[in-house]
Amino acid sequence: MIQQIAFIITLGAASWFIWKRASRIRANINLGKDKEIKDNPNQRLSNMILVALGQKKMFKRPVPAFLHMLIYVGFLVINLEVLEFIIDGLAGTHRIFSPYLGSLYTVLMNIFEFLAVGVLLSCVFFLIRRNVLKLKRFWSTELAGWPRLDANIILCTEIILMLAILTMNASDQILQRTQDHYTATGHLFFSSFLIPVFDSLPTSTLIFIERFAWWFHIIGILGFAIYVTYSKHLHIFLAFPNTYFANVEPKGHMKNMPVVTNEVKMMLGLADASAATPPAEPGRFGAKDVNDLDWNNLLAAYACTECGRCTSECPANITGKKLSPRKIMMDTRDRMEDVGKSIEKGGPGLEDGKFLLGDYITKEEINACTSCNACVEACPVMINPLEIILELRRYVAMEESGSPASWNSVFQNIETNFAPWKFSPSDRFNWAKDEK
Amino acid sequence: MTIQTMADMAAKGEAPEVLFWVGCAGSFDDRYKRVTKAFVKILNAVNVKFAVLGTEETCTGDPARRAGNEFLFQMQAMSNIQVLNGYGVKRIVTACPHCFNTIKNEYPELGGNYEVIHHSTFLQQLINEGKIKVEGGAFKGKKITYHDSCYLGRANEIYEAPRSVLEALDADLVEMKRCRTTGLCCGAGGAQMFKEPEKGKKDINEERTEEALATGATTIAVACPFCMTMMSDGVKSKEREADVKVKDLAELIAEANGLN
Repeated sequence: MIQQIAFIITLGAASWFIWKRASRIRANINLGKDKEIKDNPNQRLSNMILVALGQKKMFKRPVPAFLHMLIYVGFLVINLEVLEFIIDGLAGTHRIFSPYLGSLYTVLMNIFEFLAVGVLLSCVFFLIRRNVLKLKRFWSTELAGWPRLDANIILCTEIILMLAILTMNASDQILQRTQDHYTATGHLFFSSFLIPVFDSLPTSTLIFIERFAWWFHIIGILGFAIYVTYSKHLHIFLAFPNTYFANVEPKGHMKNMPVVTNEVKMMLGLADASAATPPAEPGRFGAKDVNDLDWNNLLAAYACTECGRCTSECPANITGKKLSPRKIMMDTRDRMEDVGKSIEKGGPGLEDGKFLLGDYITKEEINACTSCNACVEACPVMINPLEIILELRRYVAMEESGSPASWNSVFQNIETNFAPWKFSPSDRFNWAKDEK
Repeated sequence: MTIQTMADMAAKGEAPEVLFWVGCAGSFDDRYKRVTKAFVKILNAVNVKFAVLGTEETCTGDPARRAGNEFLFQMQAMSNIQVLNGYGVKRIVTACPHCFNTIKNEYPELGGNYEVIHHSTFLQQLINEGKIKVEGGAFKGKKITYHDSCYLGRANEIYEAPRSVLEALDADLVEMKRCRTTGLCCGAGGAQMFKEPEKGKKDINEERTEEALATGATTIAVACPFCMTMMSDGVKSKEREADVKVKDLAELIAEANGLN
């Protein structure tokens, strides 16, 4: 009974924390501009199924993709076991599914254990890859401090959670021999390797170990669920909406600005008087801060797990420029978080005197982009850092006239000569002269 | 060489099968003018009735848009669309992936709807239809590597058309380590063509040229005026211009057909 009450309190508290944090994230994403995304539902759904659920884009690099898949399937399937945990915890039962499922329960438990071992080994491999082999993209400057610690905390937590499952099953199997209360699970292959470790312990200690491991696992999972909402690991949930709301146009297409279209039409005398009513609040041209970006750009920032595949494919970054598409996404999220925290404390929020452009992302970074779409192509969850970069450039060009001097000359040349170079428009057809 | 302008044709009450959008580089850049001419020679050789806009053509606005100047882009786009729609243009072919991308993907929402074809696809179609025969094998067994243009490849998923044009030459097509979806940019996209690069370890075109030279190819095939400039500069900076040539697909086809 005490255990049941403790469990209900734990579950309730965890749910409250998660709900509160989810509302904050939602509010932060809603800082972005409204944009209706209702086109191409079938293609969007298929993107979500293939790319988020099927992890299609991960498989460009097969070895990490396989291990990542193992962790992911392990996560999904072991969560089925968590369902049993929750029912047991609420009802005060022990392994409630076991009598109903009979020998199928043994098969399922063995599959869970197999996945638990798979997850464990994959996490060990990933820890080695990060910290011993020191893969370049995990040691960039933007990962110094918290992001790198975050990654290691996630991997270590997963290892510990898997060890808890195996410990619980091992001690449970010993207890099944002597205690009626412990339902027979059948032979569990992987955890039985741990039996010798616990075999000589007295029953009371074993009961304590089994209970401790059970509680450790469930509190661990709930704690981890809360942790995830503060971490790059949020991609396990947000990869799904992000792939659904990602661009479906050809990658070369740049988002149109209808506000500009209206003005240009008026300047060229193409608009009817009816269309000439100016929008109520035109806002900024381009983006200076997170509230100038579309909401789905902000969702993407939360969906980023900082894997750095974008940055490792970026021609500017490869050749030593400051631009890193991953940092663009991290900065966007950091800015949202800072604004959100300020709002929560009753502070100035967006009006804190800081801006995404300038205080987080510099002009040197956005000016280095070749708009080659390598980052967009590389992202396993269809994040588009290029869209943010181009919106920031729009702000610099149209609101500040602060583009690099050579670009300002290009603008001038196009305006006066209709070509980016300083050639006379009347010479445009000269190439044909010497041939005729 | 027969080159008619849209104005010429309209005066005679005629319409071309296709409009050849030459682009700024194709009109003004000395190196890329040779590509324009090579492509025109091919069009003439296969009797495609085409026209150009001549002095009525202006920048599509791509570099302005990528550099952030949306006003300037839309001014260019609107006035080009007025000209194109005025002539009732239906089909456009261009040798510039940036013009191709802009007219194909960005003009429709501003009122310009055309069938837009990049010259690599156009050449592939001519080869498939048997209109261009690549005989004699001037390139037979020669090592050629193809550098993917970002605005053709990732931007519009055209990876195979340029390669099948090269394969028709009977050449030994060798791929760079980063190709197709992972092809490395030449460094000129997004208006970088028109400014100095930011501070870094090396220039992007140098990195890409090293990769191209590592294939041992004697010809680097390109399908974009900016890639042409960047790769040519890269080859020069490596002092390999004597033995490695940077050529556009149209030039290679024209050469193989004795059209130069």
